[in-house]
Amino acid sequence: MSVSMPHALSVWWRNASMYRRTWKANLLPNFFEPVFYLAGIGIGVGAYIQEMGGTSYARFLAPGLVCVAAMNGASFEATYNVFVRLTWEKTYDAMLTTPVEPDDVLLGELLWALTRACIYGGAFFLVLMAFGLAPLPIALAALPAIPLAGLLFSAIGIAFTLRVTKIDFLSFYFTLFLTPLFLFSDVFFPIDERLSGGWLWVAEALPLVHPVRFARSAFAGQFGWQMLWDVAYVLVVSTLLLAFARRTIRRRLTA
Amino acid sequence: MSAAEPAKEPTIRARGVHKHFGARHAVRALDLDVPQGVCFGLLGPNGAGKTTALRMVYGVTRPTAGTVEVFGIDVARSPRKVRARLGVTLQDNVQIEALSPRDNLKIFARHHLLTGTARERRVEELLDFLELRSHADVPVVALSGGYRRRLAIAMSLIHDPELLVLDEPTTGLDPAVRLALWARVRELRARGRTVLLTTHYMDEAERLCDRVLILCEGRAICEGAPRALIAERLAREALELDCTPEEEARWLADESWKRLRSGRRLVVYGDSVAPLVARLRAQDGGDGRPLVVRPANLEDVFLAATGTSLGGDA
Repeated sequence: MSVSMPHALSVWWRNASMYRRTWKANLLPNFFEPVFYLAGIGIGVGAYIQEMGGTSYARFLAPGLVCVAAMNGASFEATYNVFVRLTWEKTYDAMLTTPVEPDDVLLGELLWALTRACIYGGAFFLVLMAFGLAPLPIALAALPAIPLAGLLFSAIGIAFTLRVTKIDFLSFYFTLFLTPLFLFSDVFFPIDERLSGGWLWVAEALPLVHPVRFARSAFAGQFGWQMLWDVAYVLVVSTLLLAFARRTIRRRLTA
Repeated sequence: MSAAEPAKEPTIRARGVHKHFGARHAVRALDLDVPQGVCFGLLGPNGAGKTTALRMVYGVTRPTAGTVEVFGIDVARSPRKVRARLGVTLQDNVQIEALSPRDNLKIFARHHLLTGTARERRVEELLDFLELRSHADVPVVALSGGYRRRLAIAMSLIHDPELLVLDEPTTGLDPAVRLALWARVRELRARGRTVLLTTHYMDEAERLCDRVLILCEGRAICEGAPRALIAERLAREALELDCTPEEEARWLADESWKRLRSGRRLVVYGDSVAPLVARLRAQDGGDGRPLVVRPANLEDVFLAATGTSLGGDA
């Protein structure tokens, strides 16, 4: 069994065709969540904070929230939507009556979740530009953080979803995994100023930290080796999770 | 077939196929030859192994032992190649409800890498062939079960496959839609396509299938042309009546009628049961109990072979 890009793209195209009909209902909730955080915390709470990380609080929040928008886009697609297609709608069973193979389904879903991450992250980036919170042109160097976050959280979401048998487990994923990540991954405060010793190593293992730090470095124009480490982390962890997901999807679809 | 004409390779050939799911034996020692251009029925109660057998034909389930070849290709080794040449209609209609039949067909065409004018032409052909044109642009969610089933079959035909696999194609449909779908299946067979179907409806199998194979608990019980199977294993006619075993012994003593009993229901088979009916009427003391005389059918064959009702859940 091997992966075929044209067949994977047919899976992507299927999802895109459906999304074209439902994008208003789907886009708005996920897109507005980080916008509200930016408005409520960045501009509201930020009025009481002189500066953070050497800049205004709203500017500090901006790069992290770009990554959060991408994370949300990828995560909803890679969890709930994949679960529904896998378990309730039996979409993949129908695909597997055609030349599409489980590996193609996995790649197609990954590409689609990545696409949605880019839509959300990109739209949020435009909002930042409109509010003058993205210093141009240097902030454009942060754009790769969107597909990086998308890839990582697509891989995590799909690998998790393929292992669960009930949709209720997905709420644990959001409340016990994504929410703590959101709060403790350098988005709201600089973790290297608040943590020390072993906790810094723990923080280093958190997936959202890496795209956020990449974006923040780019916004600040501070390019260094750490950005390469952040990219390497995302690529290695995503590859490992996708290898795991590949085994699982083959087993679930071709028993 | 003339002596000079070479024998056609069967479209499907399975040899010694077993499938276990843990301790459960879904299919046991299945040998199957489906000749090219015929309609072949897999019959049996729920849990008989029909769907598992179908899934092995299109390569989604791997046999635990044995081989399945379709078009001469080992399905386990090259499922993609095999599925490029066959179409499958699943038991459930898997469609995007927010989209129209036309859009669903286009999306399915993409999975077969069919694009451009070839795809557009094929979609239009199928809208006509399955009589979907009047509902071509209506969201699937608004379609009746009959139209959804037509769409499911149209989707499986999008790449003009050589083999069509239908898993219970008419379950839950009204008689008019069933007849319409049967007509389409016959038309496909007339065009030289091979059809492999599973069904619970014995009348469907008798009217559509050139050959049938009855499965029970994963085993093939018997195989052949429907009428030949009935003639070989039973007789042309069946007489049904309610009676006690004592009455049966009294009425049919020393006679070699083939018969089956299920509770009080007795079915007696013969090439002509009219003399028996006359004798029963004379012997039953004029109680006028209801007697049903009908042609013997595949369900009788199944009952004779297994003692299990086709309608029951196994």
